[in-house]
Amino acid sequence: MAQAEVVDRPRVLVVDDDAALAEMLTLVLRNEGFVSHVVLRGDEAMAAFHTFRPDVVLLDLMLPGMDGIDVCRRIRAESGVPIVMLTARSDTVDVVVGLESGADDYVAKPFKPKELIARIRARVRRFEVPTPEDLYIGDLTIDVAGHAVTRDGKPIGLTPLEFDLLACLAQNPRKVFTREVLLEQVWGYRHAADTRLVNVHVQRLRAKIEVDPENPTIVVTVRGVGYKAGIADEPSHTG
Amino acid sequence: MSRPTPDDLSQAPRSWGRSVGSLPGSVLSFWRRSLRTRVVTAIVVLCALVVGSVGWMVLRQITDGLVDSRVDVSVAEARTETATARERLGSAGGTDFDPETQLRLLVENLVARGEVKGFEVVVLGPVDGGGTTGGVRTTPTVEADSVPKRLRTAVERGEDGLAWTFTRIAYSDRDDGTPRPSSQPGVAVGSTVVLPSDGGTYALYYLFPMAEEQQTLLLLRQVLVTAGLLLLLLVAGVAWVVTRQVITPVRLARRVAERIASGRLEERMQVAGEDDIARLAMSFNQMAEALQSQIRKLVELSRVQRTFVSDVSHELRTPLTTVRMAGDVLHDARASFDPVTARAAELLQNELDRFENLLADLLEISRFDAGAAVLELEDTNLGDVAHRVVAATAPMALQRGVSVSVQDVGVFMAEADVRRVERILRNLVTNAIDHADSSGVTIRLAADGEATALSVRDHGVGLQPGQSAMVFNRFWRADPARARTTGGTGLGLAIALEDARLHGGWLQAWGTPGDGAQFRLTLPRRAGDPLTHSPLPLVPNDIREGVS
Repeated sequence: MAQAEVVDRPRVLVVDDDAALAEMLTLVLRNEGFVSHVVLRGDEAMAAFHTFRPDVVLLDLMLPGMDGIDVCRRIRAESGVPIVMLTARSDTVDVVVGLESGADDYVAKPFKPKELIARIRARVRRFEVPTPEDLYIGDLTIDVAGHAVTRDGKPIGLTPLEFDLLACLAQNPRKVFTREVLLEQVWGYRHAADTRLVNVHVQRLRAKIEVDPENPTIVVTVRGVGYKAGIADEPSHTG
Repeated sequence: MSRPTPDDLSQAPRSWGRSVGSLPGSVLSFWRRSLRTRVVTAIVVLCALVVGSVGWMVLRQITDGLVDSRVDVSVAEARTETATARERLGSAGGTDFDPETQLRLLVENLVARGEVKGFEVVVLGPVDGGGTTGGVRTTPTVEADSVPKRLRTAVERGEDGLAWTFTRIAYSDRDDGTPRPSSQPGVAVGSTVVLPSDGGTYALYYLFPMAEEQQTLLLLRQVLVTAGLLLLLLVAGVAWVVTRQVITPVRLARRVAERIASGRLEERMQVAGEDDIARLAMSFNQMAEALQSQIRKLVELSRVQRTFVSDVSHELRTPLTTVRMAGDVLHDARASFDPVTARAAELLQNELDRFENLLADLLEISRFDAGAAVLELEDTNLGDVAHRVVAATAPMALQRGVSVSVQDVGVFMAEADVRRVERILRNLVTNAIDHADSSGVTIRLAADGEATALSVRDHGVGLQPGQSAMVFNRFWRADPARARTTGGTGLGLAIALEDARLHGGWLQAWGTPGDGAQFRLTLPRRAGDPLTHSPLPLVPNDIREGVS
């Protein structure tokens, strides 16, 4: 392919209907060492996603052709690629809906370029578990090196962010993580940020890993404080 | 039921007052509250009046008729009897009997006839002094007193005709024990006869008892009273049923109105028929319809407003983001520009910050106006918030040479939205720094069980009289010539006031020229509790002591 020489630079797919902003984003991203591709319509996003194969998707919520929420769902249906929403409505349900539809993080307009770059970098740079060994949480086995989670040998598909969240909790099973600490360790926020990010992603994670998401046993809520890992069973895996 | 209607509320104290009162109080309250009882009572009372007067008139007419006819009959009979007596006396001649016997025969004859025809006889005389056999002869048991004096006078005056009057016939006690009243009403008719044997004039009185008429009238009265009472009962029953027909829809309307008032706007009355009640229901429904559509319109308006705010937010923010990024690129590269362009890039950057803040504040204000602001409450230590704000505003304070300090240590808890309280305090502190004129800014905190307060005091130019209310106006400036140096938008205090109100708290300002100003925020300890006082004084202690 033509982009063979820049294959090691992170690739960002920008989906935004505002041409000026999209171009500006391209300029800033290129300055910061990213390769970017711009799509101005929601209904063209999936095709671009397939051909461009981005490492991160920057997604505006209001798009012609197809709603940003729908684009987000479609991407999430086939890939765990990090999605960062660009939203002008940080205080409405739109943010929660966007996060619930699969976005990993969001940046509220008007944002400072450095802030956006920091968010993208945080998504590209993964959470690093200091000891790359298998972790056990509940009846799950986490293969840190292989980025895979299995229950009784059957793999469970998690997005990278969900994997990071689970691994972060599992590596220190007795510790209670506040939402702020999780935001710092998993999302890479230095300052206090929107704790709705944590709430929504814990819900999504539970929906995938808990036997009964209504009564979670793996990711347990500690009322008024945060979350912690449930007690690990004896590893029931045989292989 | 949901919340009490205004009617309930307004009646509550009155009904309490009544329950203290005695039984008449509760009867009075029932009377006041039951329209139906009032209507039925009024109808029954009016009907009783009408029935009573009609009955009385009827009774009166019948009595008169009965009495008149009795009198006519009596007079006619008396005339006949007298004529017969005179005839008999005339035919007997003056010498056949001695006067005594003749009078006795006359009386016996009359009494015998009276017994057959039903009257009593009293014979008095002689009345002109001419006769020889004086005295009183009567039907046995009848008292001679039964003949009234007036009648006697009239008869004895010697007119030839008949005279009559009403009387009470009195009876002396009798031995045979036949049931007879000791007296009864009657008609007394009098006339005179001349006894041929001695030429004396004797007065004849016929006493016709009216017991039969009295009996009839008594019966009639009983019938009328019974009929009247039955009629009243019937009227009361009819009124009860009829008012029920009217009252029931009114009560239904009341219930529907109460439901509508409690927010169930879709409630309607049932319309049946075309009578007044149906028209009331129809008008009522039209009113409800109009209300509902108005409210819907307002809700829609509010929704449009919110959507508008949201749209403006999106539409303005996207280009601002582009400009912001472009400005950042230029700002980062200003080292390579010539001094003029570099300075322009700096100015662009600073003004973009201001623009961004202004836009954010404007959107916040419109959100308050649209009622779209929502509290996210949690237990908050205002002391922590104060220290965070002091730390955040430290660079600005340093730049202006103003020291900001928190005077009170401790825990000052309140159930509040941290983000909003922090914003209130930030606005107050930046405002104080702006006006402090290099003197210090002090933050005080206090809490009791019910309220938590925080005050921000500066020793700057202070406020002119009357300005303490105006400081919260949007884009208000104490001195229009005074420059804004800290980049305030002019909306900070207005937003702070809205934030405080959202908490059900107070935000108040005090200031005098030359002595600086103090802003006091008071929040209820538990969200939603009403505030009655503030743990901190609005006027700073040093000023109050100085005055007193």
